[in-house]
Order: sequence, then C-alpha cells, then structure tokens
Amino acid sequence: MNEFAELVGSEGPVTVVGGKTRWHVGGAVHPDAREVRAPSGVVSYDPAEMTVTVRAGTTTAELTNVLAEAGQRCALPERGGTVGGSIAVGEHHLEVLGRGWLTTSVLQVTYVSAEGKIVRGGGPTVKNVSGFDLPRLIVGSLGTLGLLGEVILRTNPIPPKSQWLESHDADPFQVTSQVLRPSAVLWNGSSTRVLLEGHDPDVASSHRALSTIGSWTEVDGGFELPPYRWSLTPADLKQCTGDFIASIAVGTVWRNEPQPPRPLSQSVIDISTRLKTNFDPTGRLNPGRSVF
Amino acid sequence: MRRNYRNRVWASVTSRDNALLADLQRVLGDRVRADSAERALLRRDASVFEGGDAGPTCLCETTEEVQQVVRIALAHGRAVVPRGAGTGLAGGAIPLGAPVVISLSRMNRIVDVDTESRIAWVEPGVVNLDLTKHLTPLGYHFAPDPSSQQVCTIGGNVGNNSGGPHCLAYGVTNAHILAIEVVLADGEIVTLGGLDAEPSGYDLRGVFVGGEGMLGITTKVAVRITPNPPAVRTLLLSFDTPRDAAATVSAVIAAGIVPAAMEVMDQRITIAVENYVNVGYPRDAGAVLLAEVDGLPDGVEIDAQRISDIGRAHGATDVRQAQSDEERMLLWKGRKTAFGAVAQIAPNYYLHDTVVPRSKLADTLEEVYRIADEHDLAVVNVFHAGDGNLHPLLLFNGQEPGIYDRVHAAGAKIVEASLAAGGVLSGEHGIGVEKQPYMRQMFSDDDLDHQERLRHAFDPACRSNPGKVIPVGHSCADIQSLRATPEGVWG
Repeated sequence: MNEFAELVGSEGPVTVVGGKTRWHVGGAVHPDAREVRAPSGVVSYDPAEMTVTVRAGTTTAELTNVLAEAGQRCALPERGGTVGGSIAVGEHHLEVLGRGWLTTSVLQVTYVSAEGKIVRGGGPTVKNVSGFDLPRLIVGSLGTLGLLGEVILRTNPIPPKSQWLESHDADPFQVTSQVLRPSAVLWNGSSTRVLLEGHDPDVASSHRALSTIGSWTEVDGGFELPPYRWSLTPADLKQCTGDFIASIAVGTVWRNEPQPPRPLSQSVIDISTRLKTNFDPTGRLNPGRSVF
Repeated sequence: MRRNYRNRVWASVTSRDNALLADLQRVLGDRVRADSAERALLRRDASVFEGGDAGPTCLCETTEEVQQVVRIALAHGRAVVPRGAGTGLAGGAIPLGAPVVISLSRMNRIVDVDTESRIAWVEPGVVNLDLTKHLTPLGYHFAPDPSSQQVCTIGGNVGNNSGGPHCLAYGVTNAHILAIEVVLADGEIVTLGGLDAEPSGYDLRGVFVGGEGMLGITTKVAVRITPNPPAVRTLLLSFDTPRDAAATVSAVIAAGIVPAAMEVMDQRITIAVENYVNVGYPRDAGAVLLAEVDGLPDGVEIDAQRISDIGRAHGATDVRQAQSDEERMLLWKGRKTAFGAVAQIAPNYYLHDTVVPRSKLADTLEEVYRIADEHDLAVVNVFHAGDGNLHPLLLFNGQEPGIYDRVHAAGAKIVEASLAAGGVLSGEHGIGVEKQPYMRQMFSDDDLDHQERLRHAFDPACRSNPGKVIPVGHSCADIQSLRATPEGVWG
C-alpha cells in the first residue's frame, strides 16, 4: 500500500487503471490524468472465516480460481477485469440472488486519498458496525473519492449442485413464486434461463416445481451479456423491449446502449457534491468521471 | 456533585427554552413535552450510560412535522436527536447538550406491502416484530431480528444497522433496506436509494444505514421482505465446554454450511434461562449451541444431519432436534429472553458487542472469563457465534460503590482483547458514546478524518445527534453543537 500511496502522490490529476474492461462507465477521464495501477495479489485467505484479503489490481479470474480451489466464491462479477475495477463500477455478479450483493460483500476497504494518505474503512470481520460505512461509499464510486488498493471480501461456499435451465414458454415473472431461492432468473424477451443451486434433491424438486409453469431443458449457462448495465425496478422489467437481457427480481438489464441519465433530486446532488469536495477538494481523482 | 451539575444545566435550559417551546407548540400543540419527568426519562436509553440532557421532546406524526421541528431547532441554534424505542445499548440515542428530541414512535404505520416486488414501505416507528407479524399471513418476514425485536423499531434498526441471530445467513439490516426518506439536518427532505437495482450516484442509502442518527432523521423506509422458508430445522447441541461449542461453529462454516443461525450460550446463562422460562435447556452442559437451518425440505435435512455429525465429532454430548414448531419456538424463546433472565444473577448488566474471527472465538472467550475474574465480576456469554459476534454480559450490583469503574475497566480489556484477536469494536450495537473512546484503537486519524468528511457531507454543521461515534476532540463542529459539555457518560 505504501508504494501505491507514493505512486498516487498528492498532486496532479490521476486515474487508476485495471483491466479497462468497463472503461466507458462514468464518462471519459481527462487526458492529462496520470495513469497508475493498484497493487495485485491475494494477501490472505482463510476459507473457514469466509473472507479474503485481496489487492485491488488482482484480476477477478485469479481471485475466482483461488476461491474455487477451496470450494468458495464471492459476489464479484466474473466478466474479466480486476477486483478494484469491478468494485469501482459497483457491478455485482449475474447470479446476485445466489451470491449476494457486492455492496454488502465488501467488508473493508483500504484506499489512497486525494492527499496521498492511506485510509481504511470498515473492518475485517463478517459483521461490523464500527464507525461510518466507508466501504459502502467506495463501492460504485468510480475512483472519484479514493483510489482502492486493498479490500476484504466476504466469500461463500460453492453449492454442491448448480444447474441452468431454459424455457421458451414459461412466464419469467412466475419463477420466483415457484422456486424458493433461484440464483439467477434471466430473460431476453423470448426465453428464460434459471440457475438452480443447492443440494441435489433441492435442485431436482425446484426443477419439478418449475415444470408447472413451462417446459425446461438443461443448458450450459446464462446468456451472453451486452456491455451496458441499466438499473430498473423489478416491476418495470415487464416493459422491456428490443435487445436486452433482464435479471428478473433484481432489476438489472444489459443492453447495447448506455442508460440515459436518471433524474436525481437536488438534495441528493448536494450531498454527493459535498462528498466529492470533502474527499477530493482539488478534483484530482479520476477527473472527468461522474457517478451520475 | 453530579446532581448539582445537572441542576445548573436544568435551570439554564428552562429559562432559555421558552421561545423554542412556543415555536414547537405552534406546530405540534400538546405533542411537545418539556416537563421534568419526560426529560428525565429521555436522558437515558437501554445502556448503562448517563449524562444525557434532553431538550423538549416532539412527538411527530408526519415527515412534514419532523421537517418543521428540525427547522425550528435550527433557527434556535439547537441540535436534534431522533428517538425510537430507546433500546440501544451503546448510548446512541442519549441526548447530549439539551437537543430537541424527535420521537418517531407515533410514526408507526405500515404504509404499503408489495409481495410481488417483495418490498414494504414502513414508517420508522414500526416495531420490528410487528412488521414480521403483519407479513406472516402473506408468507413473508423482515429478516433482521435483534433480540429486542419485540420493542425496537425499524428506524432504530436503520440507525444502528442492527443484526440478530438470523443475520448469519440473511445479512444485517443494510442488506434489507432499499430506500430511505430522510429529513436532513438542514430540514431538507430527501429520498436516498430507490427501488431499482442500482440507484444512480453514490450509495447514500447504504452509507446512511448505521449512521446512528448523525446523517439525518429517517421518516420512511422501503424494506426488502423475505419469503418464509418452507422447511426449518432447529438443533440444540450440548457441550462440556464453550471451547467445544466454538470449535463446532468454525467447523460447520469450514464445511461449507451457512446455517440461518448459530447461537452459543454458556452454562451460567443456560441455567438462568432455564430457571426463568423453563424451555428444556440442559442445566449440566458447559455450553449449548442453538443452530438453525432453513430452506427446502431435503437440503435442510441434509444440513441438519451434517451439523449434528460435526457437533458430535467436536465433543457434543447431546444433540436434540426440535420435533415441532412449538418446540422450536420454545428453544428460541430461551435464547431471546436471555438478557431478561440475568436479573436472577445480578440487578445490573453491561453487555459488550465485539466481533472476532470465528477461529479466535474460543481463545477470546477464555480471555473474557479471565478478565472478568481479574476484575472480580461475574460474566455470562450468550452470542451470535456464527458471525464471531461476542456478547459478554458483565453482571453487577449498581449500588456497590466504585463498581462502575471496575465494570468499565473490564470492558476496556475485553475490547482490547477482541481487537488484538483481529476483531472489531461492535458487531451490531453501534459506537454511540460507549465505544467512542475506543475508536482510535481501531482507526487512524486519517481513517477517522474520512468518516468525519462523510458525516459533514450529510450534515455540515453537525446538528443531527452530535457528540457520538467520532471521538471527542476529533470533531470541532460537534463540540460547538453541544450546548452543555457532558460531564462524562459514566453513571
């Protein structure tokens, strides 16, 4: 972390680069911004604690492999890029219903502030309410409040059985009333794919329950996802048209074009502006990027 | 000495309150309380802390009334403190410096329940268990279930990011809050978060939860409601020692099982509970582990059997599985009435709330017993073992001269031992005034500085519940918001 803090320094515009897999999110960074990379590598991992300490520059692929060797996984998306990048854009896994939300999975953050200082928020344990929740602030903040160097993430066991099913005739909005805890329900307007996970007999009984609302065949995985994430209410997904992949009961929709800016109240803008000013008074962190 | 100090403050507050009271009464009529009995009641919460000093109490019934009260307080240069059921154990609701107390207990309506979207809009004064009772016929519940759930309110749960036994699998309050309507310290009404998957901008909703009333006042909340699982199995495992129980908890998690709850009680509290409610706990066990799994019937059977096997492999002397819903409820009744049961042992208790890594549970527990011995105090342990969340209760008689110094010293050692084990200050009760002096043991000046910057973004003038969480001396604005510097919170 010390080297990363020195690299970031305390003056001049600076931007942190991961895998550039979601570089479009939040707008273009000012061309004068100096590029830095966060440190990488898994620092410590004890599966029995269900937590992992990992540096932000680590690829999500490497982390996924390390966790899988111990039969675990986490809430980060497995769509390329780095741990820090995924947290910066606040993208949760496609299977969020089974893996949990990224926002509640980031237990501790260590970042470099605009003044070049190392700041830590949250705590190492799975449960913690010590002080204000800086981890929640950092997730999805696009590196505009601090440059993430290291995190502690909650992990979860990989279920004994995972099975994707597809139906062309089932109503996707009836799936969650038939299955207790599907890990994912995806819909592209014409077919529905459901991920069932758990003990073998539970997956089998959920499969049988689904058969009452349509015919299902086993498939290898979910759909290929378009690049842009939209955020809707679960109820609004019914109105989706065109090319899209919708995450039923979640509200995330992937499309080929970005979501138009959503209206925000002046009070939310005021708080957010003060946050940015308080954390980065000179506006040197990822200039040009905006969370709105 | 303390009484003299208070009398002086009271006199000054009373003479300077008339204009403030008149303005508040114009909005709320007789729902403004400023008599000495009311103020005395609100000086404290459920913690052992004293030193609070309440200004007028406003029984608000609408968001607009909260807004008006905040603006009136602001105009009179007074801070505001939101008040729910006052069940907090860290002194977070104690009014410091005679602020206007905004009671939200009358804002207790369940506004809307949408089972299709699995969302309920509720007011902050709704009692946690009342919400779940309302949802039960619909097949749903509100997952966070603090031990005080029969009394504590959703607004307080939001303020403290409350936990509870079933947060092991379901997550604490923050995982169940979608949107919050807030009256900010400047009187603006704002909705944080939203019902969509990822509301735009910074996660202000997520940050607000656990803000201990220092980021604004909650006036309405959209909570996620959780479908009731079709199958539940509850196990009671008996052990010779708390160490065996703790080792079982670690082994269950290591085996890839995430039960809905795993609670441990030591022998002393088990006997007290048994005397109190007679639920069938074994009096001869050194510790018991209450474990629950829920989900679909087949998987629940598999996991219950595996937990039973793991327990026996780690020295369980008996494993009992509840055979009916009634038996299950009885086992939980014992756990949830544990704090009441300690009255048989001593008239007062001080409940700590640190978290350690699960692998350190057994060692830290032994350290807790040693610390209590060293300070000549009785201690019982009843805790959320699955989360590593310790709840040692130091038992004492508050009338004994000098006892609070000893309790305080033992508490400080417990906090130190938990931090040394790689733990944190609080798992679910919050910092309030209780853990404020320890914040520097967990966080650097730069860490605290950023927590304060966050707070100032919501409340630049530190008018909402000042004097909590951030250590005294760190925040100048907070000190300015306190009309009277508290004498010290220890009674």
